[in-house]
Amino acid sequence: MAQGFFDRYESEGFFDEMFEGDGKVRPHYQRILERFSEMDAQTFERKRALAEKAYLNQGITFTIYSGDEGTERIMPFDLVPRIIPSDEWKVLERGLEQRLRALNLFLHDIYHEQRIIREGIIPLEIIRTAKHYRPELIGVDVPHDIYIHVCGTDLIRGADGGYLVLEDNGRCPSGVSYLLENRQAMKRVFPHLFSRYPVRPVDRYPQELLAALRYVAPHGNLDPTVVVLTPGIYNSAYFEHSFLARSMGIEIVTNQDLIVKDDFVYMKTTKGLKKVDVIYRRVDDDFLDPTVFRKDSMLGVPGIVNAYRKGNVNLANALGTGVADDKVTYYYVPAMIRFYLGEEPILPNVETFLSAVDTDRKYILENLENLVIKAANESGGYGMMIGPKATREEIEKFRAAIIADPRGYIAQPVISLSRSPCYCDGVFEGRHIDLRPYILMGEKTTIIPGGLTRVAMRKGSLVVNSSQGGGTKDTWVLDEGGQPC
Amino acid sequence: MLSRVADSCFWLSRYLERAETNSRILDVNIQIALDFEENNDEKVRQQWMPILSAAKERELFRQIHGEVTSEAIMDFVTFEKTNSSSILSSMTLARENARTVREQISSEMWEQINRLYLYLQSPAARTAFRESPIGFFRLLVDNLHSFQGITDATMTHGEGWQFIQAGKYIERADSTSRVLDFKYHLLLPSGEQVGGNVDITQWMAVLRSCSAMEAYFKISRGHVTSWQVAEFLILHDTFPRSIRFCVDALDQALHSISGVDRGHFSNEAERLSGALRSNLAFTTVDSIFRFGLHQYLDQTQERLNEISNALAETYYRWT
Repeated sequence: MAQGFFDRYESEGFFDEMFEGDGKVRPHYQRILERFSEMDAQTFERKRALAEKAYLNQGITFTIYSGDEGTERIMPFDLVPRIIPSDEWKVLERGLEQRLRALNLFLHDIYHEQRIIREGIIPLEIIRTAKHYRPELIGVDVPHDIYIHVCGTDLIRGADGGYLVLEDNGRCPSGVSYLLENRQAMKRVFPHLFSRYPVRPVDRYPQELLAALRYVAPHGNLDPTVVVLTPGIYNSAYFEHSFLARSMGIEIVTNQDLIVKDDFVYMKTTKGLKKVDVIYRRVDDDFLDPTVFRKDSMLGVPGIVNAYRKGNVNLANALGTGVADDKVTYYYVPAMIRFYLGEEPILPNVETFLSAVDTDRKYILENLENLVIKAANESGGYGMMIGPKATREEIEKFRAAIIADPRGYIAQPVISLSRSPCYCDGVFEGRHIDLRPYILMGEKTTIIPGGLTRVAMRKGSLVVNSSQGGGTKDTWVLDEGGQPC
Repeated sequence: MLSRVADSCFWLSRYLERAETNSRILDVNIQIALDFEENNDEKVRQQWMPILSAAKERELFRQIHGEVTSEAIMDFVTFEKTNSSSILSSMTLARENARTVREQISSEMWEQINRLYLYLQSPAARTAFRESPIGFFRLLVDNLHSFQGITDATMTHGEGWQFIQAGKYIERADSTSRVLDFKYHLLLPSGEQVGGNVDITQWMAVLRSCSAMEAYFKISRGHVTSWQVAEFLILHDTFPRSIRFCVDALDQALHSISGVDRGHFSNEAERLSGALRSNLAFTTVDSIFRFGLHQYLDQTQERLNEISNALAETYYRWT
């Protein structure tokens, strides 16, 4: 190994993506290690600046609000790719597909017969009290019974390297544009690496997404008008909304552009009103229609829910999918897989305790300082406490909250997430990572090879969310027979 | 195309043109200032204040800077965020509009706007501005010209492009009329005569701020007179910054959008632009001067404004 860059790299007892326990490089990272070891810090720094500049010029930014002025930041991008061998990926693919199939059956069931409740698999009370459960939609049919068209399932690897499902994001999972742009950036900065690795391409995602959206058009319309609905340019993910619309070649609209007449949705164009058939909406249920959900929503389209209920427009993802995102529902996903599919789950959940269950709650309250506590309906790294890192006050605050609202919390053991080398101030150090693959469900289920690898850039941190200082990496799935050449 | 998108294409184009006009005017004014070295406070005021055309701007300037210096005016017109027509404000608004239609314009267009905006915000821009204001404003104009080239070469020449053209030409017609009117407000120092050195220098500055000097001299055989300059900048049929040319191009864009033949109209915007276009085609500089140059320019600005409103009424306003 060349001097400098990786010499002092330590796995520190964590599962490391690049190195085995004894400091030996894993075979699929061999060429990367060689290539990076040839470089000095200056060259590497130059490459990093080049990538950063490209992101900034293209406006690939998200907005952080503090005070009255929003600042545009680029998401930190780490140049060491995360590599997944093809046999490992095949298992993930099967597991994710299985999980999404079960979740869609669950959502259909919950808004129709509710067999899973009647047969005692999930208590009625859990569903009834889920924050994002929408009883307004009971009995409403959606095209092809697909509820979650786009799923972003978060996977982590524990101390033994085994993959676990951390959560299912079945509402409006974001981040896929970063995945696509990260690949562009890597090709720009390290063109030669790609000739040495059989990396599976990711750039068909927008076309696959469009195909899935067109497939679910109302009334089997073969030439539907599909649009992306965004909250607007001040939304932190606006870049992504516009990126997806541009790459699919369809219109991006705000609520101002839409109008509902006689239970059909139209967009206002220079040539008059034009009917809209499928809306890839990046606005949450709560804000979608002020006549049905939050009255104070400034982002909504009055009447859109009725148009949807009548089957005149389709929304992706469907309304009410949030009930499957609830962290208490998450606990039951393996049971759903057995119930609906008669299969054993391929990808396990993280061990989870429900504070709504008496025996679990007792255990949780006695072990707060060793557990991760999560609010059942929060996301983005909010509403959570990592016991071993929490202060006395935080622990007491969560204790009180759990006692007051047992349904609102779950607990999990602290998982020491796998780590990957990241470039931090001139040296490589291990940082914790996760993986969010994107699964599309249309006529067939399509999973973009890899996903978005998110990195907790702060030393020792386990929180990878961009709102909490997380960064990203390019993720490579190697092709069949996937040894680097 | 979505009404909101058409509106944003139109305005992003107008704001860029506005930024370009301001860059040109400042560039030229610096050059005039350099021609007359014996500056005193009164002269400085006479020369720089007319750049702030609106009363509102002059008031804001007084609040922020108080004293009139060339640096203060340049800073105010270039970087002042609270001045809604400063170059930085125009670029910010152009970029906001571009952001909302990113999927409609080409990536190259967006990146050009974004780069220029980021540059204007950077300390590097301040340094360049201090070291050579002329070089700085030229750089801005060059980059804005690049945007025009990029737009023509990378965007489908469809409806969105036509709205961009409409925005560009309506703003440009307006700018040219304002630059001409600017000369009207520039007082001749006492003792100077109409047709004298200072007067001629000022008219040449007007030509330069419209990039019209070379084109003008090709047809004027070396004479610079007020009526010839006015004739050139108002009525020339092929010079791309003359008011007539711009209104003609605006009218063309509007008809391309509706698909109606020229000479006919299907909405109020087309009717107004057609009327203005034929007025410009059939009037003479003599009758303009008889009517009063300032009054004529004022009226033209008013008519352009009506076209802009009618355009919004036709294409963007949905109830």
